[in-house]
Amino acid sequence: MTVMTERKQQAVSEPDLQNVWQWLEEVPDPEIPVLSLVDLGVIRSIEAQGGELVVAVSPTYSGCPATRIIHEDVAAKLREKGLSAFRVEAVLSPPWSSEWISKSGRKKLAAYGIAPPQASGKPKACPQCGSAQLELVSQFGSTPCKASWRCLSCLEPFDYFKCI
Amino acid sequence: MDKALFEFLCRMGDNTLVLGHRVSEWCGHAPVLEEDIALANMSLDLIGQTQLWLGLAGEIEGKGRSADDFAYLRDAFDFRNLLLVEQPNGDFGKTLMRQFLFDGFQSVMLEQLAISKNERVREIAQKVAKEVSYHLERSSDLVVRLGDGSQESHQRMQAALEDLWPYVGEMFLDEAEDAVLADAGIAPQPSSLKTAWDELMLPLLGKACLEVPESGYFQKGGKRGTHSEHLGFILAEMQFLQRAYPGATW
Repeated sequence: MTVMTERKQQAVSEPDLQNVWQWLEEVPDPEIPVLSLVDLGVIRSIEAQGGELVVAVSPTYSGCPATRIIHEDVAAKLREKGLSAFRVEAVLSPPWSSEWISKSGRKKLAAYGIAPPQASGKPKACPQCGSAQLELVSQFGSTPCKASWRCLSCLEPFDYFKCI
Repeated sequence: MDKALFEFLCRMGDNTLVLGHRVSEWCGHAPVLEEDIALANMSLDLIGQTQLWLGLAGEIEGKGRSADDFAYLRDAFDFRNLLLVEQPNGDFGKTLMRQFLFDGFQSVMLEQLAISKNERVREIAQKVAKEVSYHLERSSDLVVRLGDGSQESHQRMQAALEDLWPYVGEMFLDEAEDAVLADAGIAPQPSSLKTAWDELMLPLLGKACLEVPESGYFQKGGKRGTHSEHLGFILAEMQFLQRAYPGATW
């Protein structure tokens, strides 16, 4: 018991911030588990503020039901790593943008079958067959962050990560 | 100042709350699956925006009330939403037209709030504006497609516009608090948004081959808590659980 408390205190007083970033890379997005929270770009900052670790998290969409789960998952990961003095804060500004999804995140999305967001506002290629012959089915998809598209070559429907 | 800001934040939050609830009534009933999903998602965005506006209203009021308290524990006369958003869904065309008219208003309102001198208001507006521009893109696309569609869809969209037109004027009606907020650079006078709304919306209605009704008469009262009979029915459903089982959580 004493040993554990000591460890906790040590981790809090000298949190290696780079380590914390790596821990959060292990936390999957609850709705698109192929992406980590770091890939998704919702972890805005990790700072040590007077012995306390502060993790700032941006919501993707204001009504996204995953937001609360994300906060809980971050807290669970920090606790798992032995931290107890931390705070998970919601940050609205600047508003989250799909441009914040990492390069590796974009690759993971495509490999998972979700077309990554594009500046043009529409998917570049079918994540199944790579064809550029695509049509919009609906501006909304299975989660607030996605739209539904269809490939006119292989006829498969697919999700497209909305660009905001 | 805080009192004026509180009133204003209730208007913003009650608009998205009541419209969000109305749109959610479509869940499981939309004409096609994709529209069902889209409507549920729109509704989710609106409820999320409500959390931000009413959450801030509670902070400004300083009595410890949360967004949930405002949603579930106030009576109709405390609600400050526009009469437009409490209007029944009607057919899909009417739901869409109501959304379109409101999206246009939100869009021009948020453009001003995004440069508000109040930092919290500005932050919320900048966040929400992204979602609203997406909503407007969708609703205007569908209004144009259906207005300029078959004879049946055109006739329904025209009827929807005529039904809802008497509720448009209230959006641009100034209340006493608005002058206070406008002087402080926090929020615009609603009347000052009319030109921008016209410039944004009238060309789209034209493209949809819809004729804008000429009557300038409009219904008002929502912003002061005088509502149509429809709001009570919405609240009866929305608030039932918290009224019957106070403090229930899951």
